[in-house]
Amino acid sequence: MPSAILQNHEAEIRPPVTSVGVIGWVKQNLFDGWFNTLLTLVTVYFLYRIGPPLFRWMFMDSVWFGPASECNQNPGACWSIISSNFRFILFGFYPYDQQWRPLLAMLILFGFLYYSRDRRRWTKRLGYAWIIGLSAMGILMRGGILGLSAVESSQWGGLPLTLILSVFGLTAAYPLGIFLALGRRSKMPIIKSLSVVYIELIRGVPLISLLFMGSIIFPLFLPEGITINKILRAQVAIILFTAAYIAEVVRGGLQGIPRGQYEAAESIGLNYYLTMRLVILPQALKIVIPPTVSILISAFKDTSLVVIIALFDLLKTTQSVLSNPEWMGFSKEAYIFIALLYFLGCFSMANYSRKLERELSRD
Amino acid sequence: MKKEMVNEATAPPESRLPEEEAMIEIVDMHKWFGDFHVLKGVDLTVKKQERIVICGPSGSGKSTLIRCINRLEEHQRGRIVVDGIELTNNLKNIERIRQEVGMVFQHFNLFPHLTILENLALGPIYVRKTPRKEAEELAMHFLEKVHIAEQALKYPGQLSGGQQQRVAIARSLCMSPKVMLFDEPTSALDPEMIKEVLDVMIDLAREGMTMIVVTHEMGFAKSVAHRVLFMDFGRIVEGNTPEEFFKNPKHERTKLFLSQILH
Ligand SMILES: Nc1ncnc2c1ncn2[C@@H]1O[C@H](COP(=O)(O)OP(=O)(O)O)[C@@H](O)[C@H]1O
Ligand SMILES: [Mg+2]
Repeated sequence: MPSAILQNHEAEIRPPVTSVGVIGWVKQNLFDGWFNTLLTLVTVYFLYRIGPPLFRWMFMDSVWFGPASECNQNPGACWSIISSNFRFILFGFYPYDQQWRPLLAMLILFGFLYYSRDRRRWTKRLGYAWIIGLSAMGILMRGGILGLSAVESSQWGGLPLTLILSVFGLTAAYPLGIFLALGRRSKMPIIKSLSVVYIELIRGVPLISLLFMGSIIFPLFLPEGITINKILRAQVAIILFTAAYIAEVVRGGLQGIPRGQYEAAESIGLNYYLTMRLVILPQALKIVIPPTVSILISAFKDTSLVVIIALFDLLKTTQSVLSNPEWMGFSKEAYIFIALLYFLGCFSMANYSRKLERELSRD
Repeated sequence: MKKEMVNEATAPPESRLPEEEAMIEIVDMHKWFGDFHVLKGVDLTVKKQERIVICGPSGSGKSTLIRCINRLEEHQRGRIVVDGIELTNNLKNIERIRQEVGMVFQHFNLFPHLTILENLALGPIYVRKTPRKEAEELAMHFLEKVHIAEQALKYPGQLSGGQQQRVAIARSLCMSPKVMLFDEPTSALDPEMIKEVLDVMIDLAREGMTMIVVTHEMGFAKSVAHRVLFMDFGRIVEGNTPEEFFKNPKHERTKLFLSQILH
């Protein structure tokens, strides 16, 4: 009895002030031993040397709007390279007076992505809505019906092109990768070896060579008069490439599922397809969310490689602006802007994957 | 010789006589893992409503034997007939048999990404094509039966071992199986949880379920089994009513084994 009272009493005692609150945090994290203290001081010194001048360059001495001549007289950043060429960077050679169409298409896409972020909304209806939405985007971009003037895909460019290549590339590569992973673990020798050969062949070459093959070599084999859209060829190359990497990651996830899960599923009478769909894949795909998202993120950035087959994606439109003599020398600002856009895309993916992982955690 | 021994198993107590009709017939069944001869000619007939306990040293092939009955392992010689359907490479037959045969594993093997309720309703919904609402009612019914209905919306990882094993039993029952196979259902459990699982199995026995149980719980064998079989080196060495089996084991190896586990 007395000891119980004593324990109760002890639980009431608060921890010392120096281990909690702001002071506690600072002490534990910044001045914990002489080495950490030294690191903190050095870091603070560099922040002090770099921070203010950078801030001045970016925000105080900078030119936000106005002609290139004004930039040349100013020591700060020349953001007007972005503001003056904004529409070309974003939309490339898409006809100027029609650029509301890709803008609207992108807004539809963002709207759909935002709405779909919640897993509870993933219903069949949403699937159909996506199909309708994507068709609407296609119609907006291409035109040729509903009174919209036709715009050749060779005129597409900038951010919409990057987004098309990424969104279609990733959404098609993911299921294809899963099929390849299942194929590689199949008991049927033909399917298994086909999957292995495919995966290893694709992983053995750089994306650039696939893009070249798609754009230069592949058309040589087509009968005369038949041409396949250049964007489509790049798109297919990106899908095939990314799928091989996803397949290997998913295979790793499949190997992490204990045999007992297959046996339990089979012993209640589920066939192979249902076992995979209901029991194995949901667990395996969850395990591999982090590496999968890494692949998706790098695939998103790799879409910029399409410049080598002369597609004007976001990076290429920006570079074109820089080759204009008037704006030469302001590449820092242009690249910072592009980096920011890419960062926003990558960061949202990474963030979303963390959210998904949290939601799917079951312990 | 051993074949006779199994078949001459003396009649079980009147109160729980199994029917005469055979539920499972295994005839001269052999199984190899590569070159390793695991099952060396097993003969076993299980009648409807009969309850059989299999014991024997580790590695003697007990798990392999019952896993052959629902084709988690494939046998290479002999015949296995379950409820009139012979197990061959015919996938349709295998699926049919699996629907009739429930299996409970040592390590529960619940689906960790699904709630308890979803674990139970999965089979009825996707295999039996029961409407979701009905399947969930069925699931709740069996959860109540294993005294765990209040956990329906939790995930397996949030339950104790004993609770998980009861859920696993309920999951099998949702498929209304004609036979239940148990592979050491209590040997991964802490001692204080063994009883709650055995109690559920005893309830099942009372209702006349046909059961094959691999276990070393000899108390359970004595009170529930019609026959106890002893396996060693891939053979059924002897089989008898629990009374005879424990009082007068015939083979030296059985005696040795019993002395080791009963002390
Ligand atoms: N998948 C397998 N591959 C190879 N050998 C196996 C496999 N499963 C079991 N065995 C071997 O078969 C023998 C019998 O195993 P098992 O039926 O699990 O025995 P028990 O359940 O009686 O302990 C053991 O020697 C075991 O090592
Ligand atoms: Mg075993």
